[in-house]
Amino acid sequence: MTSLAGGLLQSFEPLNLAMIFIGCLAGLFIGAMPGLGSVNGVAILLPVTFLVPPTAAIIFLAALYYGAMYGGAVSSITLGIPGSSTAVATVFDGRPMAQQGKADQALMAAAIASFIGGTISVILFTGFAPPLAAFALKFGPQEEFALMVVAFATFIGLGGDDIPKTIFSILVGLVLAAVGFDIISGNPRLIFFDMVEFQRGIEFLVLAIGIYGIGEMLWTLEHTKGAVQIHKVNAGFRKLIGNLSQIKKYLPTSAVSSVLGFFVGTLPAAGATPASLMSYGMAKTFSKDGDTFGKGNVAGVAAPEAANNAASTGSMLPMITLGIPGSPTTAILLGGMIIWGLRPGPLLFTESPDFVWGLIGSMYVANFMTVVLNIALIPVFIRVLAMPFTILAPIIFILCVVGVFATTDRMFDVWLMFMLGCGGYLMRKLNYPVAPAVLAIVLGPLAERSLRQSLISSQGDPMTFVERPISATCLLIALGLILYPVISNMRKKRKREAILE
Amino acid sequence: MSVRTAELLMGLLTLLASLGLMYKIFNDGLAIGWIPDRGPGSGMWPFWLSLGMALASIWTLLRWKQGVTPESRNKAPYIDPDTIFLVGVTAGSILALLVMTSIIGLYFSMMLFLILYLKVIGRHKWPLTIIVTIAVPVAIYVLFEVALAKYLPRGLPFFENIMMIVDDFRYSLM
Repeated sequence: MTSLAGGLLQSFEPLNLAMIFIGCLAGLFIGAMPGLGSVNGVAILLPVTFLVPPTAAIIFLAALYYGAMYGGAVSSITLGIPGSSTAVATVFDGRPMAQQGKADQALMAAAIASFIGGTISVILFTGFAPPLAAFALKFGPQEEFALMVVAFATFIGLGGDDIPKTIFSILVGLVLAAVGFDIISGNPRLIFFDMVEFQRGIEFLVLAIGIYGIGEMLWTLEHTKGAVQIHKVNAGFRKLIGNLSQIKKYLPTSAVSSVLGFFVGTLPAAGATPASLMSYGMAKTFSKDGDTFGKGNVAGVAAPEAANNAASTGSMLPMITLGIPGSPTTAILLGGMIIWGLRPGPLLFTESPDFVWGLIGSMYVANFMTVVLNIALIPVFIRVLAMPFTILAPIIFILCVVGVFATTDRMFDVWLMFMLGCGGYLMRKLNYPVAPAVLAIVLGPLAERSLRQSLISSQGDPMTFVERPISATCLLIALGLILYPVISNMRKKRKREAILE
Repeated sequence: MSVRTAELLMGLLTLLASLGLMYKIFNDGLAIGWIPDRGPGSGMWPFWLSLGMALASIWTLLRWKQGVTPESRNKAPYIDPDTIFLVGVTAGSILALLVMTSIIGLYFSMMLFLILYLKVIGRHKWPLTIIVTIAVPVAIYVLFEVALAKYLPRGLPFFENIMMIVDDFRYSLM
């Protein structure tokens, strides 16, 4: 409790408070913009944070992450276009509500549910982070590697995408992470066309901004045809506040979805998107009026919104305590922490307690600040979203170019970003998921190091991963996650065949 | 080209790229196996990953042959004419932005890019085009060069000198 109080006090320091405010505000807008999301926001604005101390920087990015989770619902409800993948499930009921003239109710429900999700998950974070960190101290390179395998397996098992394409995406990310000098022997490797620029390796930011900034924007352009049409919304402040009385309709759903979202978020690589979709499914399954879901049920808006906010906090737990990002956004946050000289993992609590507790304290403040900002700014968002995409898109492209150049000081990286973005767009059109590649390029060096350290310590005996209980358990979980979709598909196939017979 | 053909070509391309990577690792003389007293060679990790990529590509091609993936059954155009125009012009204009950056610098390139995008693609009115074309580079300059002290590419000496005048004006205000 003393540590938490210290963290709260730290988050009230003027610089940190300003960072929370700016982060929440920027996140709300970024999350609300179609085609942008927390991943893009954090990736684009990461270079901007190098001016402030690491604690203030991570507080800013965490607040941005929170804000984006809130903001994602705005475009889902008003435009029917999810601001980010985490808000996809919000469209299912949010859009019908807006079409029925209840956009104000949907927006208010999204804001309140996000607040509930954020608050419950921060409380769970505060309670679970130290014991999990203590547990993580038992982790050696074998356990680290096995956990990485779980992270990649989660993507394969829970992603819902094409399995071989997901595997390809993960592997290509890992290979891109191996470009440059070998981390153990120091040998140069994968230096394409003998270009010296590759010796420095490929920065994860180049891939992240390329794929999300360029690739996703091209994708959005294709689907919106450059125009954004806003549905007429009456979002007067009094009307929004009046909707608070509806809270009892979605409070239980929000609470259950928050707990579910938090735990799904803590799973490496699961993140907020599967959390929100799972919560929506659960809410629909266990609701008394499940048949109204998809037709404008307010609980259908609250469930994914509570879950995606809770998951965003949950995904930070493995990142802080184990050094394993729970989502693409936290993968970028992790990259930022490494750049700032902080080594995420169990020792972070003892080596940098001010940083960790400052971050946890800021989550409470950011959560409260975001809900207030969100409600106050709903009418403004609607006006910004009315801006044609042909104005937003070029500004975002310029930010991508400038963001990459400012980070690496090399035009080569800007070209690489452009090529990766175009390649990512063309592959995405064929259902190659891009998020696993971003996650893999961040985890790649860690995974390779832990694998090689394990093999060196065991004199090349691969059984070392199975002999240790924690790593064996992790590998079993990974195997289960990989086999789950295969078994599930086989069952569905058998059922289909049985029906046809 | 249909989506079905595109998936086949992409599968072949990823397979070729994976095999090319494996060949490169082998050709560069990177050790793939165990080096006595030193552990796994520096080529081990990328080599086995590339092999995995090749296998995943073959798996995708087999699924394409069996018509399992939705893309392998989709005979609609991979990129429709509207998309070719919008996405093609966008990608082309970003390409032009990058090429022009090394000649006339990033600031002037982004101004041309914004005019092209807002006027030609967006078909916005001149006042709005001019406001955005001036506001964005000014905001970028203030944020990156003034606040973050990050100098962005300024192109050939003539254009660099123009930006020096802007710098001088900025310093005269400070």
